[in-house]
Amino acid sequence: MNFWERIYLPSIVKGLGITIRHFFKKIPTIKYPEEQRPYSKNFRGQHSLKRDEQGRERCTACGLCALSCPAEAITMTAAERTKGEEHLYREEKYAAVYEINMLRCIFCGLCEEACPKEAIYLDGPHVTADYLRKDFIYGKDKLVEPVFDIKKLNQENTN
Amino acid sequence: MEGAFILEKLILVVIVFTVSLVIAMYSTLAERKIAGFMQDRHGPHRAGPFGLLQPLCDGGKFFFKEEIIPAGAHKGLFILGPTLAIITACISSAVIPWGQTLEIAGREVSLQVADINVGILYIFGVVALGVYGIMLGGWASNNKFSLMGAIRAASQSISYEIAMGLSIIALLMVTGTLSMGEIVAQQSGFVNWNIWVQPIGFLVFITCAFAECNRVPFDLPECETELVGGYHTEYSSMKLGLYMFSEYINMFVSSALMAALYFGGYNFPFMYDLGLSQNWITIIGVLVFFFKIFGFIFFFMWIRWTLPRFRYDQLMNLGWKMLIPLAIANIVLTAVVTIIKDMYF
Repeated sequence: MNFWERIYLPSIVKGLGITIRHFFKKIPTIKYPEEQRPYSKNFRGQHSLKRDEQGRERCTACGLCALSCPAEAITMTAAERTKGEEHLYREEKYAAVYEINMLRCIFCGLCEEACPKEAIYLDGPHVTADYLRKDFIYGKDKLVEPVFDIKKLNQENTN
Repeated sequence: MEGAFILEKLILVVIVFTVSLVIAMYSTLAERKIAGFMQDRHGPHRAGPFGLLQPLCDGGKFFFKEEIIPAGAHKGLFILGPTLAIITACISSAVIPWGQTLEIAGREVSLQVADINVGILYIFGVVALGVYGIMLGGWASNNKFSLMGAIRAASQSISYEIAMGLSIIALLMVTGTLSMGEIVAQQSGFVNWNIWVQPIGFLVFITCAFAECNRVPFDLPECETELVGGYHTEYSSMKLGLYMFSEYINMFVSSALMAALYFGGYNFPFMYDLGLSQNWITIIGVLVFFFKIFGFIFFFMWIRWTLPRFRYDQLMNLGWKMLIPLAIANIVLTAVVTIIKDMYF
């Protein structure tokens, strides 16, 4: 090593320069949850059971989604539609209990592809953390999409 | 000694003590924030805006943790170790001149707790005592790794004390006095700062200051990769907090020392040409002094996140075979220049 390398001082100064350059650079970290990165267009998040234009649930508890699920995350119990419930369900068979275990689900989207009634879509946000395993079994209260007003939605879409 | 004198010294002691503790506390936050910015990430930013309440959370954490004393440890020495460390760290701030004199209610209050005429010697004595805190901690822990850390710390400290003392001898030849108050008073303005007359001495001094504070690149006594925790492996809760605190207070006092000895302390350029009253010169001087201290503390942290650690034999080599000859050469050079100056100018 020559004299300048042996006294270490020039290389120390060079190193200090590199560090101070990084001090002033823009930091790429995002402070979640105040800032969030946008999802991509094809992001598969939480499931949502859709309704038709009249507000009736589309799902008929045919079981094709449960059959196609590679992780066996979906379970359901079918029930028959009674006289006064025509405005709630499309066809005579509906899912009384519909549960997806989010810890088993791998968000592959095969249930979305298998559904013949276009009832289930993976368009929600990612699953957030929770404390107990049983709280990850989402029932109909978390999965069925809320009731919407088709006239208002059409107005908003054309505006 | 009248009551007013005792009262003013007491108030000054309390203020200096509080200020050094608060600065040490926020140095821990500054260290993590600066480390974050240099590593392209945010430091702590959850506890309060910009993480400003983080030191309070850390203090609270230290209060609530369980105090464990290992089974084979010598109880008395185990507790004495961090006690000594924090005491020596705090008392070394007594001789530093924080500013010139303030005029309050007709009295001239000096902003230096104790202007003894051997100020620098006092600081060296206290720093040498500080080694005991580490050695006791390592020995009393009944742990191989702690002992290794303590041995390394002790040998490192005594090796670099010598070079530090030699660089101060050269400074002494220039200033002619050991009293801290007078050394700083001699450096009024900007061109009188001792850095211009003692650059090599300053280089030796700052290297030794890094070694005395056990800061990277000389932090072998407490490195995590080689010694688990070094001398503070077995410590938990408040005793560990005191060890870490004493390190930051040492860093603060070393920065204050460097600023006072070489960079003019509370003096700033054009201090007497602006036509300010004595009180204003003092107050601005104190602020300028703290600005220099914070600059040095930033430099300590800047170096920490830039340099790798010295290996033990490289460290000893540097201390004995490179710094001591350099410091002696500095003394000889200073002597020669002083004689030439006296003969011809």
